[in-house]
Amino acid sequence: MLELIVYGIVLGSIISLGAIGLTLVYGIIRFANFAHGDFLTTGAYVALFLVTGLFSWIGIPDNTFGSLSFGWRMVIAFPLAMAVVACVAIALDRILYQKLRQKRSGAVILAMSSLGAAFIVRMIILILWGADSLFYRPGVMRPALELPLGVKIRPDQILILITVIALVGALHLFLQRSKMGKAMRATADNMELALVSGIDTERIIIWTWGIGGALAAAGGILYGIDVQLHPYMGWNFLIPLFAATILGTIGNMYGAFVGGLILGVAQQLSTAWLLPTYKPAVAFVIMIVILFIRPQGIFGGSSS
Amino acid sequence: MEIGIKYGSVFMQRHKKVIALALASGILLILLCFVPAAYLVSLAIMAGIYAVFCLGLNIQWGYTGLFNIGIAGFFCIGAYASAMITTPKPTGVYAHYVKQLFGLNLPFVAGLLGAALICGVIAFLIGMPTLKLREDYLAIATLGIAESFRLIFNNEHWLANGPRGLMGLPQPLQNLVDPKHYNYIYLIIIAFIVVIIYLAIERAIRSPWGRVLRAVREDEGSAAMSGKDVFSFKMQSLIFGAMIMGCGGALYAHYTKAISPLVFTPLYGTFIIWVMLMAGGSGNNKGAVLGAYAVWGIWIGTKFMTDLLPYFLKAKAPYIRFLLIGILLEIILIYRPRGLLGEEKRVSKLAD
Amino acid sequence: MIILEAESITAGYTEVDILHAVTVRVSSGEIVSVIGPNGAGKSTLLKAVFGILKPRNGTVTLKDEDITGLKPDRVVRKGISYVPQMENVFPSLTIQENLEMGAFIRTDDYGHRIEEMYDLFPLLGERRKQKVGQLSGGQRQMVAMGRALMLDPQLLLLDEPSAGLAPVLVSGIFEKIKEINATGVSMIIVEQNAREALKMASHGYVLAMGRNVLDDTGEALLANEEVGRLYLGG
Repeated sequence: MLELIVYGIVLGSIISLGAIGLTLVYGIIRFANFAHGDFLTTGAYVALFLVTGLFSWIGIPDNTFGSLSFGWRMVIAFPLAMAVVACVAIALDRILYQKLRQKRSGAVILAMSSLGAAFIVRMIILILWGADSLFYRPGVMRPALELPLGVKIRPDQILILITVIALVGALHLFLQRSKMGKAMRATADNMELALVSGIDTERIIIWTWGIGGALAAAGGILYGIDVQLHPYMGWNFLIPLFAATILGTIGNMYGAFVGGLILGVAQQLSTAWLLPTYKPAVAFVIMIVILFIRPQGIFGGSSS
Repeated sequence: MEIGIKYGSVFMQRHKKVIALALASGILLILLCFVPAAYLVSLAIMAGIYAVFCLGLNIQWGYTGLFNIGIAGFFCIGAYASAMITTPKPTGVYAHYVKQLFGLNLPFVAGLLGAALICGVIAFLIGMPTLKLREDYLAIATLGIAESFRLIFNNEHWLANGPRGLMGLPQPLQNLVDPKHYNYIYLIIIAFIVVIIYLAIERAIRSPWGRVLRAVREDEGSAAMSGKDVFSFKMQSLIFGAMIMGCGGALYAHYTKAISPLVFTPLYGTFIIWVMLMAGGSGNNKGAVLGAYAVWGIWIGTKFMTDLLPYFLKAKAPYIRFLLIGILLEIILIYRPRGLLGEEKRVSKLAD
Repeated sequence: MIILEAESITAGYTEVDILHAVTVRVSSGEIVSVIGPNGAGKSTLLKAVFGILKPRNGTVTLKDEDITGLKPDRVVRKGISYVPQMENVFPSLTIQENLEMGAFIRTDDYGHRIEEMYDLFPLLGERRKQKVGQLSGGQRQMVAMGRALMLDPQLLLLDEPSAGLAPVLVSGIFEKIKEINATGVSMIIVEQNAREALKMASHGYVLAMGRNVLDDTGEALLANEEVGRLYLGG
């Protein structure tokens, strides 16, 4: 049981990365991004390309660090892949969503467009890599560490937790201390007033997509390190991502972090009774329950 | 010269419908020269099945503004419901290979109606907690439901044989002709059902009930303030649309004679229907049907295109085809969101 | 010297026009009050000047420059700041951060300006780190004005500054407005509280049904019997 919780936290931290990006986009641009799950997938696969393809070709060594399952290649690939997906997210906005915004299309049309974008991205991944499950480092032994209380955790997973905390901490500092971060929070509060103050809201939107995409990519890569890669990995995360975002109150990045952890633990605990494939269904039920009893989420004000 | 062009374009504008009909017939005749009639019939059947789904979605989205991306769920339930109503429960040795929750062995019509009914009930149960939600939350909820159903059917073998699915489904009037020509009969059945559903919807939309639906879509606030129970209307629309989708599922099951959870994916069971409706024109029943045929035609067209691909890309053909469909949707949303036919202008017999 | 001239503005949010050929002029350093009944189009006028609405007809001229139809982010860089009537602060940001956002487009070191704002609004100075959403209506209004003043505007547009404020706070707000004006900021104030608005104004415009009805000096309008009867009841 404890082990389920521990793994749930690991899984939950990955969900949080995606949920934080999703909540930023939802809160600032007011748009349910159905392509967010596929940003996770894209990040994982771009890293795969770098680690097993490009870096191998360039000749970067790939000895693993101690008992971790990756080496320098992944360390370099990680931020690069994040940057690439940030660009993909921004490009999607410039090519698709911005045009629809200019035409004053409704929230549903934007969401529909993101649904289309999700499929387009997934098809490209399927075309480039096929439908089989892939690994960053096939055939690697993954010994588990023994922690007190008889909990087993892999070194990879400890690093995942550390990475997530580092990224979330960095984002926190960015949003609280930097000018652009404050402007993003201001725009989330009141976009019209931001415009009135002279803030270039289009730039804010670009930054939001960039950060959202980068965080999702990070989540995808971490999942790939922990489990495996396959083209539907992000899509399977979509419902848990939305559930976590709603649970933590839309627009609240700390809520998304907490929501992600709760979702991860809940999903993992459910495997004590249900098959693991039902995890998205568990996330869905949680989401419906929240929408029923407290639709504004944990940190929302009085329901409006 | 310029006068000639001007006159020509005015002529084309005025006689749009006739020209479109002539073009369509012309394409059909050309196709018949190259493509065997039997193939065209099977295309027409599939497109007809999808047309039923588009009509159902049109009620929910086109007329009421409900963003339902869980169509695959109703597709799945409708197909399985009809399958289990029209086949007997496996007994004896057979029961080891095929597990089914129930089997009523009733005729096709019972399957069709049963599918519609069950989908209606499910829509009601789904609608209760979700219809009060904002449109994008509703979308996520419908998506979750569809995925959950697919997971259940895939993993709970006692329900409907799990991933192996159900086979040997009966076909209506299958004893009338030999199997080679059966599809012609099915095409007639489908056409008949599409027409009935079309007419039923048209009647409903032009009635006072239909007017309230559009008021709800346009401006929920004012509709609520004029005393209309918005929730109730949305629920009725959801149920009505779901029942039609259930019919579609049943029609699919009895056409392919075998169904499994693999069929009811977000791509084939939801996304392509949305592309069809947006392409044809949401808010327009003719558009719904036209969109189904047009996009199915494009879909088949992409098959021919990818047949020309070099061999190493052939394995990726379905992905390339779906990529094109996805791009098609984006192009429609940006450049022609009203679709081919756009929304119907005259909706009420009284208003003019 | 006239610093802003909105001439013959016709504008609306949809096909229906709210303003019909409305003209308003502001001279350097003066307070111009725009009064009139609800729905007269007063707020719409400010939005048309600031670029939130594009006028269908008419021109807006700042000193010698035609700024008609310029978007708000351009207009604000020309030296005009706008305080909306509602939702005029960033509630989840602190007072300090709200002011910083006001100064977003400044490229210089504006620390001294922030201190000036705290001098102007001492109550705010005591609570710099408090989230604005937790403040009272009166304090929020001060934050709203402070934000707008961070850019040292030559012209400030205020949309109903006393709206929603408890009566005891209203005179305080108007005192502040006079203080701000004394530093050389010209203003257009749209107000429901016509009496106070006209008392401060060097010039006043009465709008009704989207049209100019009357304009004169503040004193003259206050003394005007008809104006008193129709608009100064409250």
